[in-house]
Amino acid sequence: MYRRSFKDTRSSLGSPNPNFSKPMVALRFLRALSLVRRSGLGACSPSYRARGIRRAAYACMAASAGPRRAWSRALLRKIRRRPGRGLRRPRAVIWRHRPVGGGDRLEVALRRLVPGGGCMEYCRLLEEAADYVKCLAMQVRLMQTIVDSASHV
Amino acid sequence: MSARRSRSRQAGAGRITDEQIDDLMSKLQAILPEARLGRNDRVSAAKVLQEACSYIRSLHREMDDLSERLSELLSTTEMSSAQAAVVRSLLM
Repeated sequence: MYRRSFKDTRSSLGSPNPNFSKPMVALRFLRALSLVRRSGLGACSPSYRARGIRRAAYACMAASAGPRRAWSRALLRKIRRRPGRGLRRPRAVIWRHRPVGGGDRLEVALRRLVPGGGCMEYCRLLEEAADYVKCLAMQVRLMQTIVDSASHV
Repeated sequence: MSARRSRSRQAGAGRITDEQIDDLMSKLQAILPEARLGRNDRVSAAKVLQEACSYIRSLHREMDDLSERLSELLSTTEMSSAQAAVVRSLLM
């Protein structure tokens, strides 16, 4: 489809993903919304549906960013993990990979907020955080646009 | 004004220089909205991290809020025309 248009998301940090253009993300998300609507979720409580929509939003965002980003891979892993299974890996494995020195409070906070941010080195964390923020902001703008269009029809 | 003078994380690829950190910090700073940091040349690394965390949290909250609103709107018939309008505006 529109692989080469609307490159306003071109990242200067890493090579740009041709899939991550505004129309692509929008169409992917709108398709997901249609699926939510057509599926049995339509009969469920609004809060349950809202959780499904939020999950779809993060999934579309991560899928559009592609597998090159650690945050998108981590996000998709988390979403595709079946609920109710609990922790698959013992926490000890994650702690072993923590950078030496512990890092300060702000760095730890950022690692918790960026998906997959727990185990990467500091430089990578900053890169991933910047990309994550950019994609997150775009997803929010997209959803706001949809809400505005629906409200003014 | 980087506070990271002695950071040297080795991951098999050599030492990470302060210049690299500063460069990535300024790129992160560029992503954050101007209202939060202004366009000052030198904002401390701690401030950038703090604002980045705060911004991510607020974006997460917005995602939750917008998901709720979309969930309510999804049940109405206005969604299909809204979706068409969005698609039109993006493709033109």
